Amino acid sequence: MSISREDVKYTANLARLELKDKELDILSKHLQDILDFIDKLKSVDIKEVAPTSHVLPIKNVYREDEVSRSLKTSDALKNAPSKDERFFKVPKVIE
Amino acid sequence: MSYETVIGLEVHTQLNTKSKIFCGCSTEFGASANTQVCPVCLGLPGVLPVLNHKTLKHAVKTALALNCSIESFIKFDRKNYFYPDLPKNFQISQYDRPLSYKGHLTIKDKDKTKKIGITRVHLEEDAGKLIHEGDDAASSYVDFNRTGIPLLEIVSEPDMRSPGQAYLYLTTLKAILKYLDVSDCDMEKGSLRCDANISIRKKGDTKLGTKTELKNMNSFKGVKAALEFEVKRQIKLKEKGEKIMQQTLLWDEKKQKTVSMRTKEEAHDYRYFPEPDLVPFVLKQEEIDTIKNNLPELPEARLSRFMSEFKLSVYDGNILISDKYLADFFEECAKTYKQYKNLSNWIQGALSSELNNRKIQVKDLKLAPLELTKLLKIADEGKINNLTAKTVLTDMIHTGKSADTIIKEKNLAQISDSSALEEITDNVIKDNPKPVGDYKNGKENAIMFLMGQVMKQSKGKANPKMVIEILKERIKNA
Repeated sequence: MSISREDVKYTANLARLELKDKELDILSKHLQDILDFIDKLKSVDIKEVAPTSHVLPIKNVYREDEVSRSLKTSDALKNAPSKDERFFKVPKVIE
Repeated sequence: MSYETVIGLEVHTQLNTKSKIFCGCSTEFGASANTQVCPVCLGLPGVLPVLNHKTLKHAVKTALALNCSIESFIKFDRKNYFYPDLPKNFQISQYDRPLSYKGHLTIKDKDKTKKIGITRVHLEEDAGKLIHEGDDAASSYVDFNRTGIPLLEIVSEPDMRSPGQAYLYLTTLKAILKYLDVSDCDMEKGSLRCDANISIRKKGDTKLGTKTELKNMNSFKGVKAALEFEVKRQIKLKEKGEKIMQQTLLWDEKKQKTVSMRTKEEAHDYRYFPEPDLVPFVLKQEEIDTIKNNLPELPEARLSRFMSEFKLSVYDGNILISDKYLADFFEECAKTYKQYKNLSNWIQGALSSELNNRKIQVKDLKLAPLELTKLLKIADEGKINNLTAKTVLTDMIHTGKSADTIIKEKNLAQISDSSALEEITDNVIKDNPKPVGDYKNGKENAIMFLMGQVMKQSKGKANPKMVIEILKERIKNA
């Protein structure tokens, strides 16, 4: 499978990354290498292998439905680049 | 040309748990902004989500009630997108292996029943809430209290053929969720939300037409209105030979029309992948069977039982069972009062309108079922007439006093003493020669006017049956 510059641009945009032309060139090559490697992996017969969704052999880890203490609002907002009293403030997202 | 409408619905309902799905923050509605948040639901680095056991039990319970198969291996996935209401920039959801699939529910459209397929039911977390009206017009404000509230997504097959059927599907689903006691289903509080997919095709076609997705409806009636609007809009386009575009439309409640969303916001490529921070879940068959065996009686079964046990019509039965607490109230009353149809009329009529007026729910009603049946018996015995009984009921709900006490205190007992009634009747006949004449000349309705006059003079206490008899007799002999 081969990847175009446009594919890389599109993928970068999904991750909200702004790439310079030079970076696009380098990353296109890197991504192509990764895809080539995956093509190689594809040649292995995995008919009998279930897809891995988790690497550890554990399952069914639950917590009971109990309320524990939340953060103080002032602490919750401490890392916010922009805030207003009790709220996180962001650029307007509605027309 | 005649068209067929094809509708599928996607419902999100908040599960009623005390704590969030992956952390211990409270789910209590209405708390002050950003007071129910912690490092897990804020998506701070290094935190580990752990599944709330109750959410999985609720989800399985709902899936079983909707006749779904339960997946033996359950895992969660990350759905990636950027939006300020999503602190982690991904939502923990389920992608390729939802916890349940292939179920159905049955709607009753008048006398016909119809099965609506359920494609899948899965668990996920809710996002935060954006507030756009603040001091700063260029900013939006984010409250993350809702982030991480457990949500159940219930997706139907495109099996509905009219907005009316979509409405019935929603009311049926809501009743089931309420009977299961897994969700409040309060659309006003946003604990139940619904998106709709709708397309039209020529009658007889088997291929689906291009669909549009409708969002932003905040009541069941809103869903129906939006769908009705969209059917008309799509037919108009087809008739003009124009193409229907696949797009997401927002329902504008005020303008009662759908409006287009910016295409930028719908270009989604979610890049799902397995959530590495949550281990998988495997349910034993015994666990599933235990939940199945403990399912409560569901609305459909209850309706059949109400129809056979209390000889109620589909219509009456449907209204009663649609609200679990209303049906419970009816059943409790039916233990001590056997005129079931009359009981149903009272509960649907006077009692329900009183509840509406006061904006209270049946479950918050302070009236004991036994007190209502006592009142109905008093009315049946003719001690008070129906009109008076209604005002007594209002008083009972308002004051918490018994029917007997109110009737005594307000001196409401019906006048069934014929000499007293004859006196009033004679006066009314004397004072109203024209209606009396009309009645004599065959205008039967005129007697109702005279009856009204007698009721007025007796302050509503006259026994109506006796009044009619006395009036007829007196006029005949006059």
